[in-house]
Amino acid sequence: MDWQALTLTLRLASITSFVLLAIAVPLAALLVLGRSRWLALLEAIATLPLVLPPTVLGFFLLVLLGPRTAVGRGITALLGHPLAFSFSGLVVGSIIYSLPFAVQPLVAGFGAVDTTLVDAARLLGAGPARVVLTLLVPLAKRSLLAAGTLTFLHTVGEFGVVLMLGGDIPGATRTLSILLYNQVENFDYAAASQTAAILLTLSVTALAAIYIGSRPRGGRRA
Amino acid sequence: MLEFALQARRGHFYLQADGRFTSDWTIVFGPSGAGKSTFLRLLAGLDQPDQGSVAFNGTTWTDTTRSIHRKPGHRGVALVSQQPALFPHMNVAANVEYGLAGLDRRQRTSRVNEMLALVEAIGLADRRPRDLSGGEAQRVALARALAISPHLLLLDEPFSALDGKGSDALLSRLQSWLGERRIQTVLVTHDATDAYASGAEVALLQEGTIAAIGSAEAVLSSERERILDRLRPV
Repeated sequence: MDWQALTLTLRLASITSFVLLAIAVPLAALLVLGRSRWLALLEAIATLPLVLPPTVLGFFLLVLLGPRTAVGRGITALLGHPLAFSFSGLVVGSIIYSLPFAVQPLVAGFGAVDTTLVDAARLLGAGPARVVLTLLVPLAKRSLLAAGTLTFLHTVGEFGVVLMLGGDIPGATRTLSILLYNQVENFDYAAASQTAAILLTLSVTALAAIYIGSRPRGGRRA
Repeated sequence: MLEFALQARRGHFYLQADGRFTSDWTIVFGPSGAGKSTFLRLLAGLDQPDQGSVAFNGTTWTDTTRSIHRKPGHRGVALVSQQPALFPHMNVAANVEYGLAGLDRRQRTSRVNEMLALVEAIGLADRRPRDLSGGEAQRVALARALAISPHLLLLDEPFSALDGKGSDALLSRLQSWLGERRIQTVLVTHDATDAYASGAEVALLQEGTIAAIGSAEAVLSSERERILDRLRPV
């Protein structure tokens, strides 16, 4: 059992979920409450990682964060090391890769809140931040749970972006998915089965948490 | 004084309403689909007109030619609709307190109690909206709207869930409370008896246009005849 890979994966998924929710809540609120036509373009961009092959996304990020671009050189100058092939780089890549998994449930949850409640709050002087924090978030808390869990799971299972952007550095970028790939490549099926079982258990537990949290008391037909 | 010149298209419906409400109480009478709710939303600033302006006591709230659109919460306007729209995750007291963020705790509590007493809902303070009847919810929505001390109160058939006696008693209490504070009120209704009972200025809204403004007797004479005809024994 590679505890280092397990803790690194859980740390990556936790940080990504936390940061992504902080980004996705205002972004989803903007998409639901905003009226500009440009928001359709913003929503398309936020959904793009869902359809883009992970290796393509990983390649773009690798180039963008590398020494060939001004962005990459700027980040290297700022941090003292390049983001590519580092844990911080994986966090950035995971945030972009999992963005739609956080934004989409929140857009659906916020969009389901009765618009007359939002109108009432606006008439009572609430600005956008207060509307989000006092109405949308508490009334769509199941969507918040779904967004957090899906982001966590998606990050735990990501492979293509991690491989392209982070490579396979023990303690820095070797996650459970990379470990599983290595074990299969080395024909170590016993260890691979153990790693796959851990990934499966994490997924089932987290999904069960979503469904328990979103199930109405008394069942769906209550 | 409320002045407006509004043009707005909503699907196949077109609203073109020009006029000036000078009385403390104005009843906007119109049949279903005449554009009453759209009209109130434009006055409140919840929607923007395609073209036009709204001014209250000399202050411009909306003017499309000058790209002015003051936000609903910055107009000092309250709107109470048929649908109470109470925040379901807060109790009644928290709902009424929602618009009082600028006051200290003691002032907020005092204002909440005053408003709940006005609408005879003091005993409901700890209840959740799901535990209220339709009439109770409408009274709480009214208390919440009045708590912010608006300069203009817009009422969109807000007592539809109350029985006749309850509605009349609340309306009478409300009129005297608003009169003392000189709060201008616009009430929309499709019930002509509301217009006659209050003795207020009446505006007739038909197919998205203000067709007439004046006394109930002058504006609603044809509606009065229609009602009387129905009451005459055959």
